[in-house]
Amino acid sequence: MPTSTGSSRRVLEKGPSGWLAAPALVFFLLFAIIPLFGVLFLSFTKWDGLGEIRLDGLSSWTTVLTDPVTGNALWVTAKIMFFSFIVQAPISLLLGVFTSASQKYRAALAVLYFVPLLLSSAAVAIAYKALLDPNFGLGPGLGLPFLAQDWLGNSDLVLFVVVFVIAWQFVPFHTLIYQGGVRQIPASLYEAAQIDGAGRVQQFFAITLPQLKYTIITSSTLMVVGSLAYFDLVFVLTGGGPGYSTRLLPLHMYLTGFKANDMGAASALGVILVVIGLALALLLQRLGGKNRNASQLEGA
Amino acid sequence: MLKLTLRSAAIAVTAAAVSISLAACGSSGPASSAGNADSATMWGLTGGNQPVLQKSIDAWNKAHPDETVKLDFFANDAYKTKVRTAVGAGQGPTFIYGWGGGVLKSYVDSGQVADLSDFVASNPDVKNRYLPSVLKNGVIDGKTYALPNNNVQPVVLYYNKEVFDKIGVQAPKTWDDLMALVPKFKAAGIAPFSLGGQSKWPDLMWLEYLVERIGGPDVFANIAANKPGAWSDPAVKEALSKIQNLVDAGGFANGFSSIAADSNADQALLYTGKAAMILQGGWIYQSMKKDAADFVKNGKLGYVTFPAVSGGKGDPANVVGNPSNFWSISSKATDSQKKAALDYVKSGMFTDADTQALIDSGAVPVTTGIESKLAASPDKDFLSYVYGMAKNAPSFTLSWDQALSPAQGDAMLANLDQIFLKKISPDQFVSTMNATIGK
Repeated sequence: MPTSTGSSRRVLEKGPSGWLAAPALVFFLLFAIIPLFGVLFLSFTKWDGLGEIRLDGLSSWTTVLTDPVTGNALWVTAKIMFFSFIVQAPISLLLGVFTSASQKYRAALAVLYFVPLLLSSAAVAIAYKALLDPNFGLGPGLGLPFLAQDWLGNSDLVLFVVVFVIAWQFVPFHTLIYQGGVRQIPASLYEAAQIDGAGRVQQFFAITLPQLKYTIITSSTLMVVGSLAYFDLVFVLTGGGPGYSTRLLPLHMYLTGFKANDMGAASALGVILVVIGLALALLLQRLGGKNRNASQLEGA
Repeated sequence: MLKLTLRSAAIAVTAAAVSISLAACGSSGPASSAGNADSATMWGLTGGNQPVLQKSIDAWNKAHPDETVKLDFFANDAYKTKVRTAVGAGQGPTFIYGWGGGVLKSYVDSGQVADLSDFVASNPDVKNRYLPSVLKNGVIDGKTYALPNNNVQPVVLYYNKEVFDKIGVQAPKTWDDLMALVPKFKAAGIAPFSLGGQSKWPDLMWLEYLVERIGGPDVFANIAANKPGAWSDPAVKEALSKIQNLVDAGGFANGFSSIAADSNADQALLYTGKAAMILQGGWIYQSMKKDAADFVKNGKLGYVTFPAVSGGKGDPANVVGNPSNFWSISSKATDSQKKAALDYVKSGMFTDADTQALIDSGAVPVTTGIESKLAASPDKDFLSYVYGMAKNAPSFTLSWDQALSPAQGDAMLANLDQIFLKKISPDQFVSTMNATIGK
């Protein structure tokens, strides 16, 4: 860093004025913190969404915690979180590394990969629902009997279909993150490795992967915490069915609140969701080690 | 000191900006298209009667530029969620579209819909235009809160005559007939029944009719009256076992639990000959008339009442379904919106043109004195059949998910889905549902 003197140096040390954060803070308070306490309050009430709100002690919490559907929703959420992670992470890492090189055809491919991310989740879900229809979908349409499974109606199969569609939509996003991460790695490292005679695979494991450590943590945090928020896609694709097989926690919360009109129980589920989300985010940040927030760029 | 003032000023400015943008959000919706800012608003359902309602409102708006109504449409399931949330938040439409039953009662209990009793009393023309048996579904505790707005919708067993002829069989008259048909159609590679299982409510039609045929209308009347243990009636258990027997026999189309009724994929199986029969509401005639015009016009669509169950107590002429849909008027609407709404109810709906448009679309309006119009329609066979079915039914039970409270209705549909998937036993269903009584 070049040494600077006087007031400009003090500005750099102090950083920009805290005032610049004020509008963001106000919005955060208004739309995140205050509603959060609102939900906490509602979880101790009985309310059908129309009539008056009555304080009802712990009854919503007992309902939610003793309901086997809640346990099932947690289990389904955990499964989707696990499978989406092990499917998405390696694919997006490899695609990110692949598209980070500068050949023209890779740039063209990167644009193609990126397309699913531009579509709304609802549109993706509707399209897949039509394609997967066992009677009028892709399988019967193309005359391919193995594609004519009861993809969305079979309780054992449907979870993996959901994981696949989620991956189809979100791999492009994580690919983009990895692509950026790889492009930040100084080329000098690779040049040195080449001189030492390292092959491509060796370079990947010895340079690329370790250098991507923080990118991996960022992407994984988004994947894991993000899978707590999968809602629209699953709601449109399966509605949580068949039975309760894809009734994720957020979906369960929505259906409890807006279909069964039990806002108290839905709020309790919302609080559980927030707690799990925070715990997971903290855990993943811990894995990043002490210097997780420091920049990796030389000289910065 | 200066710092403090600066901060509060910044907050005040931001807060003002926020409230301005919020206010903008709030008003951009209703004022965006037809009519002025204080137009009465109306939300209807897509499909079925959508074009009829649109035409009626267009005609009204043209003739009454000072009392316009702004109309939006939503898909069935989406509408049911949206309207309740909107009404609860004080953002509901002037005209609240409904089905009567427990849902209407929840609006009445929280004071969200206007009492129309005086309006009905002072406008005998309005009251007299309806079939009395339908009108009474909008009455709660002796007061009228909702008025019928379209057509009578009994649940009918439709069949594809072409595939029945191909196999050489007759439409089922009893449950045993129905079960005997299943292996015959399966052997021919045709699904015996189409079912929109992903939407869940089509599952319910099976339970409603079976309970009705086995135990008669009292079984559900007890459930709707929240009598303790009412689900334990043996008729419920027998009906659930019969459903699971039919699932075991392969009675429903491949992948029935991933077929959505909102996209009409279930009807498509029937008219494409992939399925032989479907148990669905009277309203699917309207959409098949549109989507499969030749199929309907060439008389390939058959329809019968739900089969009798041997030893059952219920009259085979009893009907389940929706007597009609209804308009309630929001009690939170402004005076001018309410006035426009009541004026439309009085002289804008069920005009001759409306009634004719309903009949032309393949529906039976819930009004009196339409026999000659029905007889003149190209769909007279189906329409007269439905009209007679509704008029002569000793009992017409409202669809259970609408008759019960929303919490019970939701639990019932979720558990019934589990019955069709064979994830739970009839006993488990009964004990789970007994636990929801009074909720």
